[in-house]
Amino acid sequence: MLAKRIIPCLDVRDGQVVKGVQFRNHEIVGDILPLARRYAEIGADELVFYDITASADGRTIDKSWVERVARVIDIPFTVAGGIRSKEHAQTLLSMGADKISINSPALQNPELINQLVDEFGQQCVVIGIDSFYNSQSGEYEVHQFTGDESKSRRSTWQTKDWVKEVISRGAGEIVLNCMNQDGVRSGYDVEQLASIRQQCTIPLIASGGAGAIEHFRQVFEQANVDGALAASVFHKNIIRMAELKQQLAEHGIAIRPIEPSQQ
Amino acid sequence: MNVVIVDTECANLTSVRFAFERLGINPTITDNADKIIAADRVVLPGVGTAAAAMRNLRRKQLIEPLQSLQQPVLGICLGMQLLTAHSEEGDVNCLGVIPAQTKRMDTGKLPSPHMGWNQIQPINNNPLVASDSQPYCYFVHSFAVAEDQHTIARCGYHQSFAAMIKKDNFIGAQFHPERSGSAGSALLKQFLECSL
Repeated sequence: MLAKRIIPCLDVRDGQVVKGVQFRNHEIVGDILPLARRYAEIGADELVFYDITASADGRTIDKSWVERVARVIDIPFTVAGGIRSKEHAQTLLSMGADKISINSPALQNPELINQLVDEFGQQCVVIGIDSFYNSQSGEYEVHQFTGDESKSRRSTWQTKDWVKEVISRGAGEIVLNCMNQDGVRSGYDVEQLASIRQQCTIPLIASGGAGAIEHFRQVFEQANVDGALAASVFHKNIIRMAELKQQLAEHGIAIRPIEPSQQ
Repeated sequence: MNVVIVDTECANLTSVRFAFERLGINPTITDNADKIIAADRVVLPGVGTAAAAMRNLRRKQLIEPLQSLQQPVLGICLGMQLLTAHSEEGDVNCLGVIPAQTKRMDTGKLPSPHMGWNQIQPINNNPLVASDSQPYCYFVHSFAVAEDQHTIARCGYHQSFAAMIKKDNFIGAQFHPERSGSAGSALLKQFLECSL
């Protein structure tokens, strides 16, 4: 049976892993390589590296760390942030990234999704979506340039419509980041994720809000997502991977057990 | 040991190279037919589409050299599908060294592509995976080979399909051993040590 994936996310800024609260006030967590290696060793199923500066700054920064990561870990990883062209994607994939994830550039130029899928195949094209619940309109809205508070703004898309659009353009996976929950550790937005799951025929990854083992169980059981992404609970050792996986397995959730060498 | 990774261009070669380097082997990435034929082990990696990969192999005049190989050959993911006779993906004839067909997966109501870690079950004297193990391996694909007499490991996602296939010296793995943790690493090590 296909296992549900536990995916630590490492936000990268200037070659270091950082973490903010609701996308703001970033603090340094540590160096990329030791963190990447550690997560692979303790049983993470996949890693996402999200370069939070690139899109907002309108520049492409040094990505040589991608090759260094590919050299040391033996689990799949995705690189996100500032990928605007086939050439950018090609560079990252040739450095050893398994997937590339695009967010704001896909909103600016949806055709980019088709181009990437045609060139590299559906399996390595992930679309990141920052979805914000607007309590005034009662709608989930897609935001862009969220890596920089001063540039972060609402797009013209409602989340459910953008999900439909990216699937029709051939995307291989969606990471749905629920902005209202991000960094506050009060649980995933199970309601929104369950609703999007109904229409999402490609793998769906939950992001934003993990604070306790219970939250992972809820999002797998109630929203039936394929994977759950989290950052601070792992960086700050609030949740231990071994305990998380054991408890999920005890609840009958399909999980890749941690190999003896990883404990 | 002289390990060659065939340069199919559309493939993600780097992570396969690094996986062998972690085992202390420095593989050569090449599209030179003589070097491929002279290798102790040949790896055919692949991501992208079957039609594009076959087009590249034809342009590089590698089809006949690859078909004639006698040493152990490992096709990974799309590389496994290239070992079969035909792929529905782009309706293209492949190398045909294993008489199987690659078809679009029927995933029912499950998401497609089949992406993530799934458990494989080795069968038929699998030379690379211990018969008493059922390791989790990392898959990303939406086309697959149906189970038949050449299947040496099976996996299930809505339907059962071939996780590994073998005929003579040719072996294919639908998953990515280079991204399958210690289980994948053990498989690659066994590939270096086996005699087929």
